[in-house]
Amino acid sequence: MSKLMIIAIGLISLYGACGNLQADKVIHKEKSLYRNIEVKEARGRRCLVFTVKRRTSRQSCINLDRPKEVVFPYTKMTFAALLLQDRPARILIVGLGGGTLPKTLNQLYPDAAIDVVEIDSAVYRVAQQFFDFEEPEQMKVSITDARVFIKRAQIRKESYDLIILDAFTGEYIPEHLMTQEFLKEVKSLLTETGVVVANTFSTSKLYDYESVTYTSVFGNFFNFKLPVTGNRVIITGPQPLPSGKALMSRARRLANRLAPYYINIEDFPRYMATTADWDQSVEPMTDQYAPANLLRR
Amino acid sequence: MSIVSASLNPTQAKSNQGLVMSLAFTSGFIIMSVELLGGRILAPYFGSSIYVWGSIISIFMVALSTGYLIGGRLSLANPNLAKYGSFFILAAVALLPIVFFSNFMMESVFTRVEDPRYGSLIASTLLFFVPTAILGIIAPYSVRLMVENAGHSGQVAGGLYFISTLGSALGTLLTSFYLVLWFEMNSIVITMIMVLFIAGTLAVWAGKRPGQ
Repeated sequence: MSKLMIIAIGLISLYGACGNLQADKVIHKEKSLYRNIEVKEARGRRCLVFTVKRRTSRQSCINLDRPKEVVFPYTKMTFAALLLQDRPARILIVGLGGGTLPKTLNQLYPDAAIDVVEIDSAVYRVAQQFFDFEEPEQMKVSITDARVFIKRAQIRKESYDLIILDAFTGEYIPEHLMTQEFLKEVKSLLTETGVVVANTFSTSKLYDYESVTYTSVFGNFFNFKLPVTGNRVIITGPQPLPSGKALMSRARRLANRLAPYYINIEDFPRYMATTADWDQSVEPMTDQYAPANLLRR
Repeated sequence: MSIVSASLNPTQAKSNQGLVMSLAFTSGFIIMSVELLGGRILAPYFGSSIYVWGSIISIFMVALSTGYLIGGRLSLANPNLAKYGSFFILAAVALLPIVFFSNFMMESVFTRVEDPRYGSLIASTLLFFVPTAILGIIAPYSVRLMVENAGHSGQVAGGLYFISTLGSALGTLLTSFYLVLWFEMNSIVITMIMVLFIAGTLAVWAGKRPGQ
């Protein structure tokens, strides 16, 4: 009798679990050279998901009813870079995802030249097919490794007012995009008033190592964490960091322009810290030593 | 040990067999450790995509097969431990450019070759072909040093494949799990160079002992 009960309860909970899964409708599935890609739809949102067996990470979502909305908190956080540089003429974005960042920046700054680097051509196709990603004249997507792109850009003597590093999928970290040497190459592409913004890791040993690596190249940076998310965004550049007051007044000026994208930029300045809350005794990561994936466990 | 040390007493011959076995193990370990580090060495210039691994693995395979051919050839003419040891010392020297000139070499390939597939193929050839080919010489040469008669040559070869491939497995595992977490890449390669040098000196010394 009790055994039957257990089986019954098991079946019911299994059914419940399946019900939950069914709430996410998979509309596209493909295996790329680098990962499994899925496009799912649920509750009016369409998301790009990179799946591994047990963990899935949502890379990018759009709200089907409000196509302008920037859905993810960490994507919204990226726009805090505009508090340091609100007139970018040339923008470099590393990591395409669903294309939210280039799309939004193109709408905000229609004249800005935007270069996007994405390693996975399948992600590019999916962004075009399912996330309305288009490449207007000012935008150019390159399918290549970001390190290779940046080294070539150095040779061509390119420069950018805004560089966005968003290449981390959550499962595997490209270690050569985390080192001191890489960040120096990034820095060399920045204009005098340029700003770099990076979506990075907020937990594990990697938080310490990454913070120390950024400090070693850029000195101080804004360490931006919102209470609701597990993300940390680093914002910095060759210029001294502006004061909290300066940030607030910039935020007030930008608020109206960013409101249609559901980005409440006025909330950001108070979470942009400059004090080190990490272990400063660790060594920066270099091309010689960067076991990022091992440090993250 | 037959022809090399026909006049040797049996215990000394046995100890030389042990030496050849452990040296074959060492070379197997180092081949794969360097191959694995190769991916990390090339990444800053050519990325870490699948074609970078394709370049590295194919160059290692070509280099090893070349080394096998040369090693077999060399084993025909008066094979002895001293020559055997000199291959290790040569391999150690051939690994030095990886430590001191790899950035310079990759930089010059990078500026000349746009396509990262061919860039990484050329860079792996420049950096890894020579040391790997020399390490490849060691395998057939070890067989020659240990075979006493045709009847058990297969068994000797089997034992040597076993020990050197086991070394390769361990080199792969230790490097990827722990060494990259504990040490800088150059420190790992320099340690490999020192180990090869010591191993080679040991073999040369063993080969030059009176009575050999």
